[in-house]
Amino acid sequence: MNKVVKNAEEAIQGVKSGMTLMLGGFGLCGIPENSLKALAASGIKNLICISNNAGIDDFGLGVLLRDHQLKKMIASYVGENKEFERQFLSGELEVELNPQGTLAERIRAGGAGIPAFFVPAGYGTEVAEGKEVREFNGKMHLLETALTADFAFVKAKYGDYSGNLIYNNTANNFNNMMASAGKITIAEVEELVPTGELDPNQIHTPGIFVQRIFQGTNYEKRIEFETVS
Amino acid sequence: MALDKNGIAQRIAQELQDGYYVNLGIGIPTLVANYIPEGMEVTLQSENGLLGIGPFPEKGKADPDLINAGKQTVTALKGASFFDSATSFAMIRGGHVDLTVLGAFEVSENGDIASWKIPGKLVKGMGGAMDLVASAKNIIVATTHTNRKGESKLLRKCTLPLTGVACVKRIITDLAVLDIVEKGFKLIERAPGVSTEEIKHATEGILIIDGEIPEMKF
Repeated sequence: MNKVVKNAEEAIQGVKSGMTLMLGGFGLCGIPENSLKALAASGIKNLICISNNAGIDDFGLGVLLRDHQLKKMIASYVGENKEFERQFLSGELEVELNPQGTLAERIRAGGAGIPAFFVPAGYGTEVAEGKEVREFNGKMHLLETALTADFAFVKAKYGDYSGNLIYNNTANNFNNMMASAGKITIAEVEELVPTGELDPNQIHTPGIFVQRIFQGTNYEKRIEFETVS
Repeated sequence: MALDKNGIAQRIAQELQDGYYVNLGIGIPTLVANYIPEGMEVTLQSENGLLGIGPFPEKGKADPDLINAGKQTVTALKGASFFDSATSFAMIRGGHVDLTVLGAFEVSENGDIASWKIPGKLVKGMGGAMDLVASAKNIIVATTHTNRKGESKLLRKCTLPLTGVACVKRIITDLAVLDIVEKGFKLIERAPGVSTEEIKHATEGILIIDGEIPEMKF
């Protein structure tokens, strides 16, 4: 079983119009840059994207948004993208906003085979509309359902031929859970090494969750707000 | 005189206790980090996956893989840890974070908070705010007492979509420290030189003034 593919173009084979995709990252930190570029170049439309954020106007998921490749977004915070706000307010883009922890847990649950769970976040707000409410320990909770995807795209610092992944600093964020929630998970890494070269004690995402892996190139790693002391 | 943003942050820092794990929201709350009392151990949590936020990096040393929840470049202190978003919200939802400080558009006298959406105008999303307010043991709202138009942000009832219900415990504004009690906003402290009349004027919700109200001390 060979998981290693040549590049992003080869990795995205099988992605079709109307599919649900997960994309790792928080802001522009830890986003699968190579896969996002390949998806943009593919021109595939009507995509449902699950991602914490929507990129910025000219980078990351923002490029797919600009080219009207997205039918629906499931996210928690989209404040850094004007085009997103415009498409949302005009009704061109369907949007489901989730509390961030609920989004993270829905993805984790999807990967872990848990169909639904109760959380307190969003009780009494518009997030609660249409959801079952139940009281536990004197506190109200909402029933939230799991999320899975046809394809999950994640990015790690190191990966091996078996698909084991190690993230760097805060670039883990949604990547680890999303890796487990994709029917096909595609990992792009900054350094791809032969199986056996990564310390098993340091693996964040075990290779069982990863179906395709490739070494990315030309990482820009843009910074949204460079703040210095 | 009304406090500036840094003054609000400085007053909020007086709420910190040794050993606290704290989540600071974007804006005024972030400034609280600058006023942690000397010798006190307070660990800052960032919901994108960092426990032990350090100062902003030196010029030229910013790491794109090391940001806070406001997407600003930061550093990690000695003893810091990194983790995924599900683990991060396990810390929050599980009640392991002692204090949450966040901003707001509106707060109502029963402790409801609105902070994420202005219908038809502004859609940023709730980010982690709904999770934080639903689960933190102690929630302090850091805000100006009135909005740019001079309208009170401390209301009988919120008019904007809510972030959470009956969750705010304390509000620290440019004019006052107030606690949410059964019957409304209880005035605890005044900003230096601000009268109870001024605070009353700037508060739309029920304001409870019980005896002499001391000034904040810095």
